[in-house]
Amino acid sequence: MKKPSNWSEAIIAAVIKTCGYSTIVFIILIFYFLLREGLPALTEVKLSELFSARWYPIENHFGILPLLTGSLVVTVGAMLVAVPFGIGTAVFIAEIAPRPLREVLKPLVELLGGLPSVMLGFLGILVLAPFLRTFLNLPTGLTALAGSLLLGGIAIPTVVSITEDALDAVPQGYREGALAMGATRWQTIWRVTLPAASSGTLTAVMLGVGRAIGETMVVLMVTGNAPVMAVRLNSILSPVRTMTATIAAEMGEVANGSTYYHVLFFIGLILFLISLAVNVAASSVVFRQKKRAERVLG
Amino acid sequence: MTKDKIVIDHLNLQYADGTESLHDISMAIPEHAITVLFGPAGGGKSSLLRCLNRLNDLTEVRALSGRILLDGENILDPQTDVILLRRRVGIVFARPVVLPLTIRGNLTYGLELAGEKRRSRLEEALVRSLQLAALWEEVKDRLDDPAVALSGGQQQRLCLARVLANQPEVILLDEPTSGLDPISTGKVETALQQLKKDYTIVLVPHSVQQAARVTDYAAFFLQGELVEWAEGKQIFTHPRVKRTEDYLEGRFG
Amino acid sequence: MNRRLFLDRGLAQRLGISLLTLVTLVTVLPILAAVVYVVKAGLPAISWQFLSQMPRDGMRAGGILPAIVGTLYLTFGTALFSVPLGVAAAIYLSEYARENTLTRLIRIAIINLAGIPSVIYGLFGLGLFVFFLKFGTSILSASLTLSIMTLPVIISATEEALRAIPQSFRTVSISLGGTRWQTIRRIVLPQALPGIMTGIILGLERAAGETAPILFTGAAFFLARLPNSPFDGTMALPYHLFVISTQVPGMPIQIQYGTALVLLAFVLAMNLFAVIIRSRARSKRQW
Repeated sequence: MKKPSNWSEAIIAAVIKTCGYSTIVFIILIFYFLLREGLPALTEVKLSELFSARWYPIENHFGILPLLTGSLVVTVGAMLVAVPFGIGTAVFIAEIAPRPLREVLKPLVELLGGLPSVMLGFLGILVLAPFLRTFLNLPTGLTALAGSLLLGGIAIPTVVSITEDALDAVPQGYREGALAMGATRWQTIWRVTLPAASSGTLTAVMLGVGRAIGETMVVLMVTGNAPVMAVRLNSILSPVRTMTATIAAEMGEVANGSTYYHVLFFIGLILFLISLAVNVAASSVVFRQKKRAERVLG
Repeated sequence: MTKDKIVIDHLNLQYADGTESLHDISMAIPEHAITVLFGPAGGGKSSLLRCLNRLNDLTEVRALSGRILLDGENILDPQTDVILLRRRVGIVFARPVVLPLTIRGNLTYGLELAGEKRRSRLEEALVRSLQLAALWEEVKDRLDDPAVALSGGQQQRLCLARVLANQPEVILLDEPTSGLDPISTGKVETALQQLKKDYTIVLVPHSVQQAARVTDYAAFFLQGELVEWAEGKQIFTHPRVKRTEDYLEGRFG
Repeated sequence: MNRRLFLDRGLAQRLGISLLTLVTLVTVLPILAAVVYVVKAGLPAISWQFLSQMPRDGMRAGGILPAIVGTLYLTFGTALFSVPLGVAAAIYLSEYARENTLTRLIRIAIINLAGIPSVIYGLFGLGLFVFFLKFGTSILSASLTLSIMTLPVIISATEEALRAIPQSFRTVSISLGGTRWQTIRRIVLPQALPGIMTGIILGLERAAGETAPILFTGAAFFLARLPNSPFDGTMALPYHLFVISTQVPGMPIQIQYGTALVLLAFVLAMNLFAVIIRSRARSKRQW
């Protein structure tokens, strides 16, 4: 009973294996291209220039600090919205809402995660910005605040679904034990269940941050696109410009291989490294997440 | 003089996770008979069964040595065609696992894997194996129903028929009636008595009583060792080794 | 003293739950409001002409047919590349690979691919497909770019669907003389199909709505004709909405809302489709 040579089985296995490794290839490829086109910026522009506060490419000023602060302000603002509302909603859905309500709320939040960001940006321009302008008496509604509010909305589904998974994963025994000792439902949630899900919640927040930093269209459309240093407290009420918006807005007008081109890729490289760091941090927080594509990656 | 269908020669097996190992097993399995492997849980009976059709390949193994000869050829040889081996040596598991297909689909699955496309051959094998498994009358009018619609006892007999459709030479059964009611159990045991005329059967029973009912040859396994092997029912009435006697008398189990 | 203790706790509980309810409402109501608003404001613009005609007068009149067609082409192109690759990669992880450092690397790569900002994909697509491989600004470049972005979604959903299949099926198939691929092709893959399709649809839904990756790789604002070949650029709904709402003076509000509604409808339809597949599969399960 000698083994016959089975070509087809071996070929199929080889093809499948190659496809499996393709993801590693792509990540390396992306990193390589960003490096290849972005690193020259370090040689073509003086470091002190690159990290200065003037972003005015027309006159060859490539200071990226305003873009960094812009991204920072908008992201921080977004998380100030997404964290309380996201976790709160997740706790409500997972611990308080009755079954039928849960079945309605979950898809609704998932729906938010599926809305195209350009549509949210569109509503931001037509509805949110004018509202902010009149309500807060500002010269324009296209500000970091508008961006933060919408970005927070975009990050919320990520925070909600992962926090919800974390809460679901807390063994029922914890809750029952607390209730048996005389705690109210609220106390159980606050003192037992939520702390037990803390690593998952932390992961959710980190992934939410990643989502917010990387968002492009919303910030491009509603943050006003003024590359100024956003460091004062009321910067949130003025226009800013993020790294993502800069790349999106200016890449189309840039000559291939020019210094401008390299600087934009350099900004992309920074964004890539930031999101890499966030993802590595999030996955190192030990927590077994349910691998539902729409949830982790939504 | 009955021929030995399978000869196990100094078989040693250790799984990577340390469970159910086998220590220096040597025994023969005569053809056209029911050989019963009995003993307490963890004794290695299931492991031995899975070696006989190289199903142990699916689990991480730390050490494996010795030979298993099927009609004189060592099936542990890495050059062995395991696909062909598994058609010659079929297995029925403890819990009935019907494939998510129709009854017909389940039965013709093995032959279709082998490349058989002729409708006539497939139908022939289907009818014959259902009759051998004593299931034909009960399902002949609903061959295209999903197999999950059958009762537990019917599903297990379907699994037996599924193996038979592959036209094996050896049938391994690992506690096949453990979840079944006494009537279904009886049907399976009766079927086995009929089948042994043409097949070699190796059975791990789910009780000593079942072992005593069907056995032609019996082997007692304890913690991975073959303690005693005997012909006929005498091992149950007059065991030679003390440990066997202790087990049969219920002093441990 | 005991009674006061209970009262405080009861009050705290009621307050807490009310707070959470409020929070959830504030989160959820705007979603509903936004959808309803777009529908209300956009519905008047929708007509057969709007959906089937070419635009006129610098996009300020006429229909948005090329944008719709373009999005369909891009979605199809994305599916063409990402589905076989993604499903195969998931089959590798679930059915072939052993859990070792290499598979962990693959999983890390997938998680990171998922987290890359969409505009970075646009940069990557520009550098690799448009310039380096010289595909130019085309449907091809844009589709390839979107495919890599969609890959993690498809791989994760497929792997989860495959892992949900009971191991006993595979064991039985092997014990009857099946090879690994035969087992996958005849039992595992067909049973996992609904889950895989759900993942594919959700991945494509995202790809259809994305603007940044196609900004420099394939999208154009004004094209006189519908694209003829994969090497042509194309209009696309998300990009169209972006431009008409930010860069065209005198753009009628109705057309803007109409375009937004068409995009929304496209995305919602795919979502609905996925949900239907998911629930029907659940009821027909044979294990």
